[in-house]
Formats: sequence, C-alpha cells, structure tokens
Amino acid sequence: MLLREVEYARPASVQEALRLLGANEGARALAGGQTLINVMKARAASPDVLIDLADIGELRGIELGADGTLELGAMTTYTDIINSAEARARPILGEVCNQIADVQVRNRGTIGGNVCSNDPTNHLPPLLVAIGATMTIVGQDGERSVPAAEFFLGVYMTAAGPGELLTKISVPPGKSDGFASVPIGKEGTCIVNVAASLNGGAGARLAIGCVDAVPVLLTPDSTEGDAVRKAVREANLDPPWDVHASADYRRHLAEVLALRAVAQAAGRK
Amino acid sequence: METVSRKTITVDVNGEQYEREVDVRRLLIHFIRDDLDLTGSHIGCDTGNCGACSVLVDGVLVKSCMMLAVQAEGAKIETVEGLAAEGELNDLQQAFSDHHALQCGYCTPGMLMSATALLRENKTPSEDEIRKSIQGNICRCTGYVNIVEAIQAVSR
Repeated sequence: MLLREVEYARPASVQEALRLLGANEGARALAGGQTLINVMKARAASPDVLIDLADIGELRGIELGADGTLELGAMTTYTDIINSAEARARPILGEVCNQIADVQVRNRGTIGGNVCSNDPTNHLPPLLVAIGATMTIVGQDGERSVPAAEFFLGVYMTAAGPGELLTKISVPPGKSDGFASVPIGKEGTCIVNVAASLNGGAGARLAIGCVDAVPVLLTPDSTEGDAVRKAVREANLDPPWDVHASADYRRHLAEVLALRAVAQAAGRK
Repeated sequence: METVSRKTITVDVNGEQYEREVDVRRLLIHFIRDDLDLTGSHIGCDTGNCGACSVLVDGVLVKSCMMLAVQAEGAKIETVEGLAAEGELNDLQQAFSDHHALQCGYCTPGMLMSATALLRENKTPSEDEIRKSIQGNICRCTGYVNIVEAIQAVSR
C-alpha cells in the first residue's frame, strides 16, 4: 500500500527529537512502527513528519535498580523484555509481552509505542496501571512523572501530548501479579483483558482493558471471589459491542477474568 | 537536522550491496520487490497480519510491510532468495518440499524466513515452539501440519 507523502528525520538525541517535534506541526514520533505504519496505510493517521527514534540509544534498555525498581526505556522492544534477565524481577512483564501478536511484531514493537498508541485493546495499558508503573515524559519545559493510572486519557490519547516524548517507564518491585484475557485467536487482539496486582496490603489493584476508552482501575479491599465480583459489578461497566462480543458478554468476561487474574496473582505471593 | 521526503539508502541484501534513492513513504517490501526486483518476498495482506513479507533485518525477523525502507538504512537484509546457495535448496527448503509443506506456495517465503530465524536461536524446538514461531505467518492451504513436520525434520 502506498502511504501518503511524509517527511522524515532520525535524530540521535532526545533533545534533537524534541526540537524536531516542536518545530513541525503534524509531526509524530515513530517507535517500532507496528501500529503507526499500519494506521498510516489506512489513512487513520496521516502525520506530516515522522521523527524516527531508532537511533536514540538512551531510550533503549532495561535497568534494575538497587531497590528493585525496573526502568524500561520507551524504545525497548517486547522481545528485549521477554529475553531480559533484569525484567524477570517483575515476571508478569515478559509473560504478557510474550502474548502480544507474533514474533515479528514482538521484535519491532516497543513498550513505549504500545502505551502511547493507547488502543483500548492493547495489553500493556491495563498491566502498567495494575502494577503501579510511572511514566517519565519530557517536553520543551523539562521532565515530569505521571502515574500510569493518570497517563491514559482517552482512545489513542495519553498524557504525552504534542511535542512531548515518553522516555521511560518505571516499575516498582513485586511478584504477585496476574493477567487474564480472552483474545481473538491465540495471542490475538483482546476482547477483554484484566491485570491484577496484590502487592499492597490485603486488597488488590485490578485494571480492566477493552471495556472503556482507558483501563478501568478497581481496588477491592479483599482478594476473596465475592469481593472481586462485587467490585467489577459496582463499576457499572458500559463496554462497547462489536462482531466479536456483545456488551453483556464483555461485562461477563470482565468478572470472570478478574477472578482468574487475582487467582494467578494470589498464587505467586 | 532537516526533515526529508526522499533519502539515499545503502543496504546489504543477501550479501549484495545496493544503494538507491527512495521516497520516505516507501515500504521495505516495495523496495525489495520493485526497486531491487527480488520478488521472492510476497505481499499477502499488506496489513501486517499474514507474514508473507517476512525477512530478516540485521538477523531480526520482521514483516517488511510494517517498516519503511529508510528505516533499514545500513542494515543487512536476508530474503528467501538468499537461502538457496548457488541454486541448491537448503535443508529447510528441501524439507518443505519433501513434507509437502506448501500447496499454493504464497506463504512459503515468509514461512521459510520465520523457520530460519527460529532454527538459528533454537536448534531443537518443540512442536509448541515451532507453532509459536510461525504464529505470525498465515497459511490458508496446508493446515500447518506439514509445515510443522518440515521444520521438525531439520531440527537437530
């Protein structure tokens, strides 16, 4: 398919990337391109300028801090995360990345691209909300940190605005996490997905994906089945319906998958 | 740094150096097929689903319809044409033939590249590992059974 004509630059530093993003209206950052190139084919996005982040080494890599905090560069690919010894400090990260699409997409798709595209069916937005990740965003005015729960603003919209870049995702230490989904075919697009994390006190952090424009965060005060079910019911989810599932079925899945995700997380205490 | 809409790129494809000026909007698969006339890699769906355009870029398996040619600047690319040294099928290709792992053959170039990537990393993959490695390659003829058998046949 022929893309619309587009301008291109491949800067070597975050500073230069920010300058180019700021200087060109209609510029977009190009990470792995596994979403953006396709939506450009379909003309669902038509950026005038692509700022390719491939040469910016500081955006890649995974570091495990002394306190157990993982820092993942936004340009780190799913395959990098799956194969990283450091990333196993939070095992759910590699496990979920290994369920995304296929080998080819995992080889090029990035954690930053996944969250910045914020397709409501993506795997990583609910996961990062549940495990309490923090996003680092840089712009012309400097750097700021945004909790994942406040990063996702709407369909395809995040706190990283025009002229800004997501540079890093920080993940606190922890192990008792779960992720459950019903995808369209094995490792396909999710119909509903739920991430759970039990790393603070008696309750759980649940984030439900695919049922709203952004992940729905629930914090039942107990991990008992009844408490989890009640929390999902009281959220009064109003999911979309389509050829794959009715709204009622998605509501049903949200409850069932919440239980499964919590059970998986509880098994890893 | 200025932005550009055309760019001269240099790539190594199957051991040969090529230098071409391309539009930024040119997809890598079109560059390989139309500019370099290497038509072994196929365009099946053009939406990133089917994997018929799979090639190796610096040893990494990618779908060349989801990458711009300019993103491959300086890269070493391997396509299906590079598998048969001096016209002789390699072991994997011969196994595909022996096991009837192709019918219409449209998906075969991508299947071969996915299997090549797998076997470089894992010389003795299990059936599950083989199936996971070709998750991104759609075959509408074979039902995959013979493809999996062919890949197993060269696993050792």
